[in-house]
Amino acid sequence: MLTLDALDVRFGSFHAVRAVGFELPAGGSFGLVGESGSGKTTVLRAVAGLIQDWSGRIVVDDEVQGATRSRHFHRTVQMVFQDPYGSLHPRHTVDRTLAEPLRIHGRSEVGPRVEAALRAVGLGPAFRYRYPHQLSGGQRQRVAIARALMLEPRLLLLDEPTSSLDVSVQAEILNLLRRLREERGLTFLFVSHNLAVIAQMCDRVAIMNQGRIVETAPVAALRRGALHEPYARQLLAASKGYDRAAANALTTYD
Amino acid sequence: MTARLVVEDLRVRYPTPSRVVDAVRGVSFAVSREKVGLVGESGSGKSTVGRAILRLIQKPGEISARVLSFDGIDILSASDATMRELRGRRIAMVMQDPKFSLNPVMTVGRQIREAWRAHARGGRHAAERKALEVLEAVKIRDPERVYRCYPHEISGGMGQRVMIAMMLVADPDLLIADEPTSALDVTVQMQVLAILDDLVTSRGLGLIFISHDLNLVASFCDRVLIMYAGRVVETCAADRLNDAAHPYTRGLLAALPQVDREPGPLPVLERDPAWLDG
Repeated sequence: MLTLDALDVRFGSFHAVRAVGFELPAGGSFGLVGESGSGKTTVLRAVAGLIQDWSGRIVVDDEVQGATRSRHFHRTVQMVFQDPYGSLHPRHTVDRTLAEPLRIHGRSEVGPRVEAALRAVGLGPAFRYRYPHQLSGGQRQRVAIARALMLEPRLLLLDEPTSSLDVSVQAEILNLLRRLREERGLTFLFVSHNLAVIAQMCDRVAIMNQGRIVETAPVAALRRGALHEPYARQLLAASKGYDRAAANALTTYD
Repeated sequence: MTARLVVEDLRVRYPTPSRVVDAVRGVSFAVSREKVGLVGESGSGKSTVGRAILRLIQKPGEISARVLSFDGIDILSASDATMRELRGRRIAMVMQDPKFSLNPVMTVGRQIREAWRAHARGGRHAAERKALEVLEAVKIRDPERVYRCYPHEISGGMGQRVMIAMMLVADPDLLIADEPTSALDVTVQMQVLAILDDLVTSRGLGLIFISHDLNLVASFCDRVLIMYAGRVVETCAADRLNDAAHPYTRGLLAALPQVDREPGPLPVLERDPAWLDG
């Protein structure tokens, strides 16, 4: 479904992504995890076509990607962003937000499709003519997921989709994503700083630091704590909560 | 005898034109030389409790309590002068995001000096010495350099340490930390917590740690208060959190993804209206 090979991204003199490569089979769920500045979101944005200056190979569905993205690409790949407060147009109703991709791609039966999408993400038809400010954070993220699903894509790029949500709402959104993936056979590229969320949602994980993938492992190995690379081990230890001994042992991996 | 904060039946309400919002509804606890965690989801009232302790509730908000006292001082009836003396000097507060809490056009050193001079007498040199001393206390490797930096020249973790340093300069007895590490990466978070931990131990500080992160609070604090809809629904020893009895606490724990848990749907919290009062 997605192959990255020797992906490099530079912002001026800053080398944000260095030689990142991995393969994501159709139906798989791949997690990219790392701290701020590790380059995980930049990888996602490069795949989505939101970054112009990259080098290397991005292959989606056997189609080698260049500087621009085709209409077919956008029907195949869609993205969900971290902040549902920022990613929905504040003055467009839910209906307009969800209908827009359909109109751009010349789909028919816009109304029924919008209603079906709302139902699929667990929102009733009553939400159709509301504005984002009339929704809670969890409801907004459901709308953002519905929008990403409007064109029936096969690959979803998820950029920290639950990081700004409360724990109880996060569980609902993660369950929704899991269910949609099972029902529709979706492929996920899931970016998060939270190893526990990745362990819950993915089957493989790549740990990034300073623009590089330092270790790739099956999630089962992550659950057993069987990571080998020192930075990856440290990240795993730190994500298990506060521990005075672990705090003393912290090293900076530059 | 250490200074002690006593809170009994604390209530905070905000009258609005259409209705009265009861943000905090009868919260009671006490803090001495220990780390107390205040956990809850957004809107649970945890930050409002922290602000009410310093009487920082803006009008038309109203605070009431059967007891709200620190080291024998009645906070509700204290004069504004007494409150100014209390705030910063005896009870300090660390906010979530150094990006928004530090003055962007003032060097770190000058901000710490200013904080010190608000509470102590002394000249510029004494202030400078004290500022460098607290920067060292929060384990900043090159205090002289950071002293001369502007906030945008330092990282988030460094910024949060500067904020803690600024609170320490007045030598408070109680620190209220409102999500002090939520904007930080996990490894940096761990370093900042280690600094707070050491300060509680070495200076005999009391710490109120406000956070949405149940696991983090449980691993860091001595005692945890779980808030829901303006009330404390349960208080646990931090190491006994897994024995929590309240369905809300149990629901939150169950809904939390864990690195070592088998994948599968997460149990979803079913909110019971009875939790509002029980």
